[in-house]
Amino acid sequence: MKTITAQKPLEEILQCLGKSQGVYIIGCGTCTTLCHTGGKAEVMEMKEKLEAAGKKVTGWMVIPTACDELTKYALQENAEDIAAADCILAMPCAIGVQTISFHLQEDKPVYPALNTLFLGLEESPGHFIETCLQCGNCVLGRTAAICPLVRCAKSLLNGPCGGSVDGKCEISPDIPCAWQLIYDRLAEMGRLDEMEEVEPIKDWSSSVSGGPRIVDVDAESGIISGKTESEAESAQN
Amino acid sequence: MKAGTNLEKILDSGRFAVTAEAGPPKGTSAAVVQRKGEILRNCCDAVNITDNQTAIVRMSSLAGCVLLKQTGVEPVMQMVVRDRNRLALQSDILGAVSMGIGNFLCLSGDHQQFGNHPTAKGVFDIDSIQLIQMMKKMRDEKQFLNGEEISGDVPMYIGAAANPFADPFEYRVKRLAKKVKAGVDFIQTQAVYDVPKFARYMEMVCEQGLDKRVHILAGVIPIRSAGMARYMRDYVSGVSVPDEIITRLEQAEKAKEEGVKIILEIIEQVEEIPGVHGIHIMAVGWEDIVPEMVEKAGLMPRPIL
Ligand code: SF4
Ligand code: SF4
Repeated sequence: MKTITAQKPLEEILQCLGKSQGVYIIGCGTCTTLCHTGGKAEVMEMKEKLEAAGKKVTGWMVIPTACDELTKYALQENAEDIAAADCILAMPCAIGVQTISFHLQEDKPVYPALNTLFLGLEESPGHFIETCLQCGNCVLGRTAAICPLVRCAKSLLNGPCGGSVDGKCEISPDIPCAWQLIYDRLAEMGRLDEMEEVEPIKDWSSSVSGGPRIVDVDAESGIISGKTESEAESAQN
Repeated sequence: MKAGTNLEKILDSGRFAVTAEAGPPKGTSAAVVQRKGEILRNCCDAVNITDNQTAIVRMSSLAGCVLLKQTGVEPVMQMVVRDRNRLALQSDILGAVSMGIGNFLCLSGDHQQFGNHPTAKGVFDIDSIQLIQMMKKMRDEKQFLNGEEISGDVPMYIGAAANPFADPFEYRVKRLAKKVKAGVDFIQTQAVYDVPKFARYMEMVCEQGLDKRVHILAGVIPIRSAGMARYMRDYVSGVSVPDEIITRLEQAEKAKEEGVKIILEIIEQVEEIPGVHGIHIMAVGWEDIVPEMVEKAGLMPRPIL
């Protein structure tokens, strides 16, 4: 699994940087390196482009895994060069961007250089498909382990719709119909009868529709609470 | 009787029903809907008002239905799950019933990417089969989806679409069975051009006894030209137009007349197929042709019950 990212157009990045003159660039050694969007090579390229646009790059680094706790120490080690910059241009995925912003000691803007697209599964070399929108209420057990929420363009729980033709989704001849895939896999396993039941209406409150999701994880006993901070607090009291 | 609509009475009496479709305007003119109502008044039992069809913003289906009803035509309110969540769907149902609308049609809706606001967020909170279920619960149990009580009756005649030409073909009848299980009362199918394939589908429908549990109206779309036929074959999702029809239109001197002839032949054939209880004419933007077609198909006058 990888977080799939794409670079924002340089124009948008420059617009974001605005009047900031000094820029410190941070890349990530994990997902964005593998996607060729924010690894060392792309950081160097970005440095050149920014300099060509008249910016001063005060320094750069590639954090091994930017979404990790250790980012805090990487920032501390490079505090001097960071202090010399007006802002940080971050080239990890959006989780990495927020991790940097969270651990940054100074009040300095952190701008994303990438768009974070999805959590991808590598279907064939270099070919990534979106697999999960983290709905908080997994139905994979009933859909032959193919997620209908992200792989069906209409998130149907009782598909396929009338637009499914020759195994393709109505939105594009390049996109497989998720429900054809589910059908085929259930057929292979002799489990087609499972597609005769009406799948009940989804509880979206466990997804982002229910508000920001927060959990507390205890090192020994695992998740001790979920949902909201106030609930977490009252659970502790 | 579930809603006591004209459509329900005709279908339940075993008569062959005729419905048509009217798209509301991309604007505020009540006259557009009224004019379509005038044209269709005597030749159909009920008229569907589309709901932001092909994801293009138009006057709401609810308002269109009210306007249609004022001209003395019975509406079928189409509802897509693309644009509204469960709250909005339920409140529109209450509003529609309060205005005397009794026929409803549950649809997924074309993906927003096809329309004129392709950057919109698709809602898809519930799907079309779940919408049927929700309507049935509102009608039969007088309850909202969450189990709370609804004040007043919610008489509804619940319809849905079915596309016998989509894939996987073998699953299409099973999916119809799911809609029946969910509580659908009538079905309007996608346009039939490939009659033998449709007949095979209907055979499976009858084998499973579904024809006894739901009224199926075969959809037809009159074609005006070979170009339109090709367009439908290539770009309208889930419609299959056999090459033979395209050739006939290409070779015809008067394509429009040939198009009407083709549809009349299709109507004649589907009328004979066991389990077909009516036709649904989707003359998108060509409503004027409907009275003539119904007349020529020998389906006039429409029964008054
Ligand atoms: S059902 Fe929900 S949790 Fe399961 S794969 Fe799909 S989005 Fe992820
Ligand atoms: S064609 Fe298949 S994947 Fe596409 S919206 Fe319909 S059911 Fe979903």
